[in-house]
Amino acid sequence: MINYWPLLGVALVVLGFALRFNPLLVVAVAAIVTGLLGHMPFLKVLGTLGHGFNENRYVSISYVVLPVIGLLERFGLQQRARTLIAGIRGATTGRLLIFYLAFRQVVSALGLKDVAGHAQSVRPLVAPMALAAAEKQHGKLDEDTDERVKAMSAATDNVGVFFGEDIFIAIASILLIQGTLAGFGIQLTPFQLSVWAIPTAICAFVIHGIRLLLLDRQLGARGK
Amino acid sequence: MINLHWLYVLAGAIFASFAISSARDGMNPKRWGNTAFWGLLAGSFWFGDLLGDIGNGVLVLALVAIAGMHLLGRSSTKSTTNDEREHFSRRFANRLFLPALIIPFTAFAGTLAFNYTPLKGSGLIDPKSVTLVLLGLGVIIALIVCYAWLRPPVMAPVDEGGRLADSIGWALVVPQMLAALGVIFAAAGVGATIGSIAGSILPHGSVFLAVLLYALGMVVFTMIMGNAFAAFPVMAAAIGVPILIHADGGNPAVIGAVGMLSGFCGTLMTPMAANFNIVPAALLELKNQYGVIKAQIPTALPLLVANIVILYFAAFR
Repeated sequence: MINYWPLLGVALVVLGFALRFNPLLVVAVAAIVTGLLGHMPFLKVLGTLGHGFNENRYVSISYVVLPVIGLLERFGLQQRARTLIAGIRGATTGRLLIFYLAFRQVVSALGLKDVAGHAQSVRPLVAPMALAAAEKQHGKLDEDTDERVKAMSAATDNVGVFFGEDIFIAIASILLIQGTLAGFGIQLTPFQLSVWAIPTAICAFVIHGIRLLLLDRQLGARGK
Repeated sequence: MINLHWLYVLAGAIFASFAISSARDGMNPKRWGNTAFWGLLAGSFWFGDLLGDIGNGVLVLALVAIAGMHLLGRSSTKSTTNDEREHFSRRFANRLFLPALIIPFTAFAGTLAFNYTPLKGSGLIDPKSVTLVLLGLGVIIALIVCYAWLRPPVMAPVDEGGRLADSIGWALVVPQMLAALGVIFAAAGVGATIGSIAGSILPHGSVFLAVLLYALGMVVFTMIMGNAFAAFPVMAAAIGVPILIHADGGNPAVIGAVGMLSGFCGTLMTPMAANFNIVPAALLELKNQYGVIKAQIPTALPLLVANIVILYFAAFR
């Protein structure tokens, strides 16, 4: 007999995020409720939560760049990024982000997905550049447009890394697919799998690229 | 051998510096909350392996209590003004990009140099975490260059790093918490239950419907778990292997790779993937904490359709 009660923990997460409670609180409550409904004693739940947190510390490692980024912002890095883009003729938000998308996909496909990211590159460089380009196209940005350009900068980073990294043969997700299928007696090499990441990578570039060009048209149209 | 553990020592030191920055910040009325929060994280990175599972669990609850009771604040008095920044920006010009580029360049060139020279066999760096270790090295080099060239006040990197950390706030540990939640979900059997539900509603006889259910199952389960890695083994066991590969004779490489990538479309649409979707909203100071997700949905949905088409036509030729 399958125990369906732990699914209540999933429902709690969905509800908690929808009602915009503090996500840390939502996750902690959901974790404890799910564990208890799965017939784990409280101390076991607490220990599993602590163990999982400790084992996944590498997830938070990229914040080591914050002191450098903060220091450079103190000396005008974001202002410089804006000036640079403002001086390039023909630079638009869409073209800039398409260039970044291609860069991020190619570098991730080479196995270097950690060289760029939201803290390392999007906040200090990509977002200020995208905003400066948008101001050139559009004039002064209202709050909604400003927010939209920033959100698209972050989105472009995500699309680039997600649909580039699997082309690299030694990435965790490829190894996970290989390991899972090997558990069912299906032997594949990482190369056989990573080749099949290429069609989706091309589709991602085309679909997101078209959206970025449309963003350019909207920015231009509203500015005139 | 330099492995992830050394990087944790560095990360612990940087989180400790955020705690120091918070304690120094007299303009933040909640400064002790911030100090405790970053201090606990520093403790986790330094001593996590010595605390034991229950000890780490208590540490997690303490972090949640600080965030949940709104004991975190921020102030904006620690940095230079916009005018000063414009002035610096003109003075240092494009050379300002160099220290920022030191970090990715060290990681990039260093990883290539390590992998394609005899260094790989030397045992100097753990091959599994080369890029991350070199990222840490890049941060140290960049800090030294900044000190030597820009001559900031001694505590400036501490205060500026703390300023950014405070602007992210509790969102900074959400990704790690969600990873821990995934461990609990697995221990409580959530994955197996969802897999059995997906398997039981499977329509028989239609390859296309099975492909559709497999891809959508990956998306929905990834959105719940915030991570396609958790979804893949479950959906592979429920539909991918028994139905698509064994019964229908699909190409296992396509079903594995494109199934995972369908899950990534789900990652673009869920707040549970906090490090990709919630943290950047905080870092970029967006008004809407779901702004990044909103920007990604119109890419994720057509791309999911593309994945389903690739699955159907490439796996079943």
